[in-house]
Amino acid sequence: MPAVSKGDGMRGLAVFISDIRNCKSKEAEIKRINKELANIRSKFKGDKALDGYSKKKYVCKLLFIFLLGHDIDFGHMEAVNLLSSNKYTEKQIGYLFISVLVNSNSELIRLINNAIKNDLSSRNPTFMCLALHCIANVGSREMAEAFAGEIPRILVAGDTMDSVKQSAALCLLRLYKTCPDLVLMGEWTSRVVHLLNDQHMGVVTAAISLITCLSQKNPDEFKTCVSLAVSRLSRIVSSASTDLQDYTYYFVPAPWLSCKLLRLLQCYPPPEDGAVKGRLVECLETILNKAQEPPKSKKVQHSNAKNAILFEAIALIIHYDSEPNLLVRACNQLGQFLQHRETNLRYLALESMCTLASSEFSHEAVKTHIETVINALKTERDVSVRQRAADLLYAMCDRSNAKQIVAEMLSYLETADYSIREEMVLKVAILAEKYAVDYSWYVDTILNLIRIAGDYVSEEVWYRVIQIVINRDDVQGYAAKTVFEALQAPACHENMVKVGGYILGEFGNLIAGDPRSSPLVQFNLLHSKFHLCSVPTRALLLSAYIKFINLFPETKSTIQEVLRCDSQIRNSDVELQQRAVEYLKLSSIASTDVLATVLEEMPPFPERESSILAKLKKKKGPGAVSNELEDGKREGGELNGGGERAADTTAMAASNASTPSPSADLLGLRPGPAAPVSSGPPCAGSLLVDVFSEGPSPGPNVGANDDGFLRFVCKNNGVLFENQLLQIGIKSEYRQNLGRMYLFYGNKTSVQFVSFVTTVTCPGELGSHILLSSQFSCQLFIGLKTMD
Amino acid sequence: MIGGLFIYNHKGEVLISRVYRDDIGRNAVDAFRVNVIHARQQVRSPVTNIARTSFFHVKRSNIWLAAVTKQNVNAAMVFEFLYKMCDVMTAYFGKISEENIKNNFVLIYELLDEILDFGYPQNSETGALKTFITQQGIKSAVSSKEEQSQITSQVTGQIGWRREGIKYRRNELFLDVLESVNLLMSPQGQVLSAHVSGRVVMKSYLSGMPECKFGMNDKIVIDKQGKGGGTDEAGKSTGKQSIAIDDCTFHQCVRLSKFDSERSISFIPPDGEYELMRYRTTKDIILPFRVIPLVREVGRTKLEVKVVIKSNFKPSLLAQKIEVRIPTPLNTSGVQVICMKGKAKYKASENAIVWKIKRMAGMKESQISAEIELLPTNDKKKWARPPISMNFEVPFAPSGLKVRYLKVFEPKLNYSDHDVIKWVRYIGRSGIYETRC
Repeated sequence: MPAVSKGDGMRGLAVFISDIRNCKSKEAEIKRINKELANIRSKFKGDKALDGYSKKKYVCKLLFIFLLGHDIDFGHMEAVNLLSSNKYTEKQIGYLFISVLVNSNSELIRLINNAIKNDLSSRNPTFMCLALHCIANVGSREMAEAFAGEIPRILVAGDTMDSVKQSAALCLLRLYKTCPDLVLMGEWTSRVVHLLNDQHMGVVTAAISLITCLSQKNPDEFKTCVSLAVSRLSRIVSSASTDLQDYTYYFVPAPWLSCKLLRLLQCYPPPEDGAVKGRLVECLETILNKAQEPPKSKKVQHSNAKNAILFEAIALIIHYDSEPNLLVRACNQLGQFLQHRETNLRYLALESMCTLASSEFSHEAVKTHIETVINALKTERDVSVRQRAADLLYAMCDRSNAKQIVAEMLSYLETADYSIREEMVLKVAILAEKYAVDYSWYVDTILNLIRIAGDYVSEEVWYRVIQIVINRDDVQGYAAKTVFEALQAPACHENMVKVGGYILGEFGNLIAGDPRSSPLVQFNLLHSKFHLCSVPTRALLLSAYIKFINLFPETKSTIQEVLRCDSQIRNSDVELQQRAVEYLKLSSIASTDVLATVLEEMPPFPERESSILAKLKKKKGPGAVSNELEDGKREGGELNGGGERAADTTAMAASNASTPSPSADLLGLRPGPAAPVSSGPPCAGSLLVDVFSEGPSPGPNVGANDDGFLRFVCKNNGVLFENQLLQIGIKSEYRQNLGRMYLFYGNKTSVQFVSFVTTVTCPGELGSHILLSSQFSCQLFIGLKTMD
Repeated sequence: MIGGLFIYNHKGEVLISRVYRDDIGRNAVDAFRVNVIHARQQVRSPVTNIARTSFFHVKRSNIWLAAVTKQNVNAAMVFEFLYKMCDVMTAYFGKISEENIKNNFVLIYELLDEILDFGYPQNSETGALKTFITQQGIKSAVSSKEEQSQITSQVTGQIGWRREGIKYRRNELFLDVLESVNLLMSPQGQVLSAHVSGRVVMKSYLSGMPECKFGMNDKIVIDKQGKGGGTDEAGKSTGKQSIAIDDCTFHQCVRLSKFDSERSISFIPPDGEYELMRYRTTKDIILPFRVIPLVREVGRTKLEVKVVIKSNFKPSLLAQKIEVRIPTPLNTSGVQVICMKGKAKYKASENAIVWKIKRMAGMKESQISAEIELLPTNDKKKWARPPISMNFEVPFAPSGLKVRYLKVFEPKLNYSDHDVIKWVRYIGRSGIYETRC
């Protein structure tokens, strides 16, 4: 940079700035600025032309005023004039003003672009750099349109200076990030890759940022960069700390470049070429070895630089996930960091270990650090580190250590930070479910969870525990007993009351034999919580009461008394009132048989992905999800004894219950309008009945059982017709005004059907919906094709 | 009620901090500084709500006074108190400035203890305060025992604003009618809005416990008297000179019950200076000046402005301190001004041409013309043409208010109404007096 010559001090500017700084109040400042603006206006308006120096000075003042937050609506022209000056300082101020104040002003943009073009084509490297910086700083679409073609040329031209190449690479990166569509790949791309071999380390550093960004979008075009990067990396890693001179930072050779190279390699799978791969493994080993060496300096910069490379290398090792040896070594290295006194290192180590834990090679190695991690969870002072420790515990958990980890997490929950409690609760719930061998342990864990952190237990968690208890006969008695005991605590969380109400309502009979938990005691216990609960919980409890009437006829009068009292039967909440009224009537009118049928035990829920897992995925960012997926893969089928039970996907009641609405219905009896929710609008249903009553299967077989198709009033799919020869199934789905219908014909005989014809007749109203009918027939034929 | 009161300098440093209630924490001090004094955008609202705490502030030159509360208080009351507080401080140590506040901080804390109690405003009458909060040291306790009991009886008594046993050789009474007239006028000379807010300020130096009665040409009173007097004609003729007062407020010494029943203003005056009443009128306002603007845009780079002012009152009266402020566009690069009378100057720091005339008699006319050169900008925004504003002072009341009588009765001491020397003065000033152009 040229030395500031004597006249470039710009005293006027300094005086103005010090005036502003000395202003006592906002008003005084505004007055001073107004005065200065008027002065500049009169100067710019003046007839005699200003020299470059004063132009620069006034543009500087305008820039300063703009940066103070005032509007500047003139002076752009003068700034553009400065661009064409030959003096560095004037040009620099001009570019500064443009890059700060430019807006897409049509007349000026042309002039500015012209000036920039001139500078780009000049032979003066400083001017070229200034122009490139301006383009990058503005980084607008207009700039990209004008220069996206020019810059790659400068970047790969043989005679360009190194400093300009650096600027050009970064400028191109900026333009690519703003409008990737304007930066076209071309023959320059291959030459950019070769910049990795450049003599000048600065150029390599700048180029690699560009290449990393470009290769993420077009990995194939830049595939060649892998071997170049590896050789570059090995040269740096194997060099002595003095070899690179300027690029050695506290005895670490080119740390930034190394990190960027390692990051670039993470965009690609492990190299296939054995030699390259060998070299890379060698590099990684060297990096790991170096971490073991005693530090060459006590300065924090030295260790920071070294560790930065190490963590990048570990990230690469994890990314490759193919070298057991390296993975275990990385894990051991991280294990050392777990007890480092630097908090940041502990954090990073925990974070990297989380990803390591999901690799099959290093999972066991990670598990050896469990004690340290648990300790970190308990004693760490920084909440973010504790969070990471919790994450790691979650990631390293498997069948062998689940009990220990869940216990630790539960005990940590009592003191955990409020911000991470909900996530912790979800994790505990998932782990408990995933690795439960003994379901009484599972029930205990979840009830503990509700007791300790009831506020943070989301709906999904307690839905899940109920689903599992209902599906497993062997724990029902135990669950009822435990819940009964838990409810006896004087202060009980509402979620506990919900679980208790549900489970006692279903399985209270299993513990009724014990005089300490006789039906009446159970009822009184539940009812003592009733008044402290919110409306949805009360609704649930009312349903539990009616179930009690079924289970224990001796409680009938007591419960009817409760239902009959004004606070229930005349409750201001419609839901509660309706339930009270209906249950009261039901209990007094219906015979015991009817009651028993209506209030039958809930059928088992279909197996499906745990809703808790889905919730946790939603809570975390997308990055975490992939982890979860891997988890799922590894544990495949272990999920709660998986597909033992045939999933009846059509069971509507069950699908309702597994994701219940706030006023979850125990009985499968929906109060209110009788129309089922999941079927199409009722009118569409009746329309369909019409279609088939006139129907597709004429002839003697017509006698399709009536109650059979009446079912379709509230169902979307099922068997339409069946005899010894043929089964006709139907499946339909509706979205707003569109419908799609599949017909399945099953051949029940062992011989082929010949000349099988189906005719579909459409009644008038339906025929007018062309779209509907055409889709109809099309789908029908697809169904036919798959038949035999 | 007011939870605390803070005084800041222009930098936002706290000069005085007095907290009356526990719900106001120390952080309230910083909250106001950060969110109001140092706010990025200038805060224009005098009431700011920060985290459920209300801050009411007034600014005197570079000093910020802020009252803080967490409760739902009457904002008008708080501001009335803040203005009163300013008056009290001015009466004690003159101009409110950082220097003066620093020099008198003990006194200010003493005053704050007296005029606010647990956040409830107490007696803030300067005259009364001065009897027991003095800037001199306390005199020896022995001799002042009597005095102390007197103070107690006065502060707790019925007439808290006046002590007994005042004696003057000359009984004098000064009465000022101070009005400020506000106007917004269209370029065509149509009045868009106009009102006068006035104050009657008195200075009384009377012996004993005199009873005063103040009468003015209030329409209701005049009409009543006209009816009482008998003929309709009399009512009409007097009605012409009477004024309609929209609303008024009184000093605490005025007997409101009597005003409500008879609309007569009777009171036992405090000693010294005080504000007897405040009022507002909107009808039949005499506008002392008329501004006729003429703006012509000549091309993109030039603007010609001509402004005529006409005085509209008796030729024998003289208006003073006349100042006309003509805003100039933001891209002004040069101004030439010619005026027949007074001095005119382009003030770049205020973006305005300021034209000053020292004196001007009634029924006269004066003119200024200016050529404004503009710098062409690439900004498409049109100049918003802010209104031309004006300042002046005239020796009459623009609302038409007249003092009809001011009677003094002192039954105990032997001086009568005639022995009191009374002075009456009218001053009309401009408030926001603007004409669009």
